Parts: sequence; structure tokens; C-alpha cells
Amino acid sequence: MVNPIPQQPVYTRPAIFTETPNTFCPGCTHGVGIRLVAEVLEEMNVTDHTIGVASVGCSVFAYNFFDFDFVQAPHGRAPAMATGVKRALPDRIVFTYQGDGDLASIGMGEIVAASVRGENITVIFVNNTNYGMTGGQMAPTTLPGQITTSSPNGRDVETMGYPIRTAELLATNTGSSYVVRRSLHDPKNIRLAKKAIRTAFETQAHGLGFSLVELLSTCPTNWGYTPNEALTWLEEHMLPYYPLGDFKVAPAVAELKV
Amino acid sequence: MAKQLIKGNEAVAEAAIRAGLQAYFGYPITPQTELLEWMAKRMPELGRAFVQAESELGAINMVYGAACTGARVMTSTSSPGTSLMMEGISYIAGTELPIVLVDVMRGGPGLGNIAPAQADYNQMVHGGGHGDYFPIVLAPSSVQESIDLTVLAFDLAEKYRAVTIVLTDGNIGQMMEPAELPEMKPLKKDFPDWAVAGIKGRERRVLTSINLEPRLQEQTNMRLIKRWQEVTANEVRFKTYFSEDAEWLVTGFGSAGRVALSAVRQARAEGIRVGLIRPVTLSPFPVKIYQELAAKAKGLLVVEMNTGQMLADVSLAVAGQLPVGFYGRVGGITPFPDEIVTEIHRMVNEPMQPGEDARVRWLSHLETAR
Repeated sequence: MVNPIPQQPVYTRPAIFTETPNTFCPGCTHGVGIRLVAEVLEEMNVTDHTIGVASVGCSVFAYNFFDFDFVQAPHGRAPAMATGVKRALPDRIVFTYQGDGDLASIGMGEIVAASVRGENITVIFVNNTNYGMTGGQMAPTTLPGQITTSSPNGRDVETMGYPIRTAELLATNTGSSYVVRRSLHDPKNIRLAKKAIRTAFETQAHGLGFSLVELLSTCPTNWGYTPNEALTWLEEHMLPYYPLGDFKVAPAVAELKV
Repeated sequence: MAKQLIKGNEAVAEAAIRAGLQAYFGYPITPQTELLEWMAKRMPELGRAFVQAESELGAINMVYGAACTGARVMTSTSSPGTSLMMEGISYIAGTELPIVLVDVMRGGPGLGNIAPAQADYNQMVHGGGHGDYFPIVLAPSSVQESIDLTVLAFDLAEKYRAVTIVLTDGNIGQMMEPAELPEMKPLKKDFPDWAVAGIKGRERRVLTSINLEPRLQEQTNMRLIKRWQEVTANEVRFKTYFSEDAEWLVTGFGSAGRVALSAVRQARAEGIRVGLIRPVTLSPFPVKIYQELAAKAKGLLVVEMNTGQMLADVSLAVAGQLPVGFYGRVGGITPFPDEIVTEIHRMVNEPMQPGEDARVRWLSHLETAR
């Protein structure tokens, strides 16, 4: 008699996911970002006292996927709203989940101010170089020459300026404690992204102040690529302009064991 | 508590604190700033939340977030600041959260000036932000009434899960008067059953103003209008003076209402049977008292520190029962009682003709005066 092959699950659905099916486009790495946040919060065992702040754009649906309390901010205002939640309930874990149009364009004032205050919140910032929800318009993060529906001839830096490097910018604020950039384009980088997300939430849990993880993400639908082509495009075009790295790690954060 | 000499803005701040304010978020703007400064000192010493926000946009969205936790929250600003807050007010109304906003009105539009005005009436009473919603608007005319209405504002906001606005102005905010502050209330400890705080022991809650399904949005809109009908039925407040035998009526809110009372007293001393209606709730508007008193009177004069904004609501309320005239000073100028006495004389001695436009008549008198 042959012994049955021992079975070991290699992939399970995070228990804190709701039954809502993923509504992101096929191949979009937003779903990976959402999943990493779910895994980290579950592993930290904090979901019963976590409050999420959803933003506007593709990230708007974050509140559909997590089975814990959520509030929904106006476009760009998530860091201010999160500040209100956190100041009213300082012992809760409060995070925002924002895209690049939301955070780096209309919400630049709110994110800079939250970072300057050293607000003890965590920001998950998904950068896919365009406004995905409204159909792929130019964002502050759109690369030079990149074609979008509102830069049909490619982003002309003479008239439309250069893309903004958010993590580097926020890292200049003394109030920022942990500001890094990671990418979601391959398994190795996804694992590194998860570790960074964990560090960001640990920063908050230890009361160490403002933390932000910028996640480079794909948008195959609006970029006009297949999912695989989109991953390659991210690697070849986004990584050179948006280098991965740790731009601010406060000494107290560096001592955290993650 | 004994009476003390206190400035309007500081009285509002301390009244809010004693009413159990848990979190305040604001931004400096004249003539409101003393309120923010009072909060900056008092809230931290009481262990309560205070943030000077990066802008009025930031402040109102911090209020939005804190309100989601069920805490007693407020912000305060002056006219240009309210325009920036309108986005947040609409979202807060759509999410059905209780908040208190104090608007210390100044001259406008645009930067205008920092002198007292009442030109935000339409913006506050008739919405201002996008979409269908109904704020409760309270209009004090003294420091004492500012205190009392601030305390009431929190109770009304929570009772109806409504945006509640204390609409004051640079006169009332900056003046010092003897007034009595309430006793310090203990902070509330219970979270309402809709608030977010973490899911421990219960189902998750999502607070949002989004309803992508039109039928659900319609349900929200219907819930808001039905709740507003309750507010309209239960919360109308006004003051009348010398109204028993009034043949002529004057009306005004806040500062203008207070100056108008001096004018009415003077006219009474001359033997003119004139009375005053001073609405305390601008929203819901005290329609019935206008209808009741208008039925017994020959003319009504609306006095405002704007170009005739409440005038439209008064005209709608009296529905042609009697001629409605108007007198306003604008741009940050407060009328003197004498100016209003002159207008009362004009109302009595030169009655308005049928169909005569109140604003045209007002402007022509202003020209004549010059």
C-alpha cells in the first residue's frame, strides 16, 4: 500500500478577507497589495482594533475586502481623516490605502502635513503611474513620454513637468519615521514589500510615528498591456525612475525586530 | 456659575469644552482665531485632542475622521474658511455624522475683509456643499446666547446625526459681555452603535458617503429628508419682541436682529406699534411665526448685513400676506439703530406699492441718502 502524499496548504485566503470577490482588473497588482496588508494585520493579530481609511480611485474599494472597520475619505483627504480617527482613538491601528492620483496630486497637502506632524498612522501608497479608476489619465507619477488618455502624445515634460518621487520627498520631513519604496512585480519583491508593510505597521504599533510604504504597481488595462507585459514594463521603465529603497528609517524603527 | 466678562469667541470655545468636546481641529482665520487659541491651550491641558490643521480642508476632514468614532467634535472658522470646508461638510452630511461647525462671518465675497457680515446665510442655510442635505443652523445675537446655542448644537447634532452650524459674526465673536458658562460635563464614554472603533465583539462597520447603486442612494436621500422633517417639526426656535399688538414687523438674525431690537424699542417709544421676530434657528426656518404675525400686520422689514439673503426665506414664509421691505448694510458694516428707525418710519409712512421689489426700493433709498 502506498502512503498518501502528505498535504500542506501553500496558499490560503486571509481570514480577515470578506467574501467580496476581488474587483480589480485581471493582472492588476492592487490585489497583491491588499492581500499583503491583510496578511500583515492578521499576523500582527491587530484586526479587532484596526480602522482602515479608504481613498478615491481604484483603491476606493478597499473597504469591501477587509472584514474590519473602515471609513471612506474624500479624494486626497485620507491622511487628514486618519488623523481625526487616530487622535480620537490613539490606541487603535489606523491606516490609509491610497493611489498616486489621490495621494500625490489632490492629496499632496494632506500627506505632507501628516508626515510633518509625525502622525502615528501608516500609509500604503500604490503607485501605478496613472488615474486608473477614471480610465487612465496622466498622474503626477506618469513617466516622461508615457502615453495616457490626457497625455495622448506622451507626457511632455516641457509643459507637464516631471513625475514626482513621493517617498523621497516625504523622507525629507523630520516627522517621517519610516518611508520606503518597494515593488509588486515579482515574487522576491512581493516578499520584500510584505516585510516593509510589516515594519510600517510595527512602527505605528510601537508609537514611533509616521510610516509610508510606496508600492510600485501595474495597470495593464490602462497601460494597454497583458499582465505579463505590464510586469516587464514596470521593471524596465518604473524601476529606473523610482528606485526601490529605504529613504527614511528612524533609529528607533531600525531597532524593531521584524 | 457666576457671570463673568468674556469674549464671544472664547465663550464659544469654553462652552464647547464644558459640553464635553473630545476633539477640536481648526485653522487660524480672523475674526475667529481666539477660538482656536483657546482650544490650543485648554484641550491639551484636559487631555483632549487638538490639532492645528494644515488648512481648513485638513481641519474638516480631521473632524470627519474623529466624528466617525462617535466622539464629540467641532471646528471653527470664518467665511473664506467655510468655503474650503464645504467639501467635507457634504461628505459628513452624506455619512450622517454629528459635528458642530462655528462660522464667525466676515465681509465677502473672496477675501473681503475681517469686519462683521452675514453674507454666508445662503451658503450655510441652503447647503453650500454639493448634494441634497440639510444642516441645522443656529444664530446667536449675544455672548450668552453663543454659549447656550453651542451647548445645544452638540445635543442637536447627536440627536439627529446632523451637521450643526453655529452662525455668528465678527461682532459677536469679538465683543466682550457678561455671561454665564455652564458646568463642566463629564466626557461621554459610550460609543454610538454606528461608530467605528474596531470590531472586537461585533460585526464590522463601514462609514461612507458612497452609494454606487442609485436605489441605495435614493434610500439615503429619503432617510435624510425624513429626519429633516423631524427636525422641522421639533426644533424650530425664535424670539419675538413687542409682537402682541404689532401692526408693523421687523425681522433680523444675529447682530442685525440685535441692532433691530434697539430700533424697535426706539420706535415703540415714539408710539409706533412695531414688533420684532428674531429667528434663532435659521434652519429649520421659523415659518409659522412669520405667517401668524404677518396675518395681523401691515408691513414687514427685513434687516440683514448682506444684500438680502434671508429676505427670500421671509418672503416665501409670508407668501404675499403683507408687503416685505428690506434694509441691509454690507461689506463688513453693521447698521446703527437710527438707520433702522428711519426705515421703520419709511415702512409706516411710505408703504410699499403692490409688486414693488424690496431690493430696488432699498437701493434707491441708499442712493437718495447719498
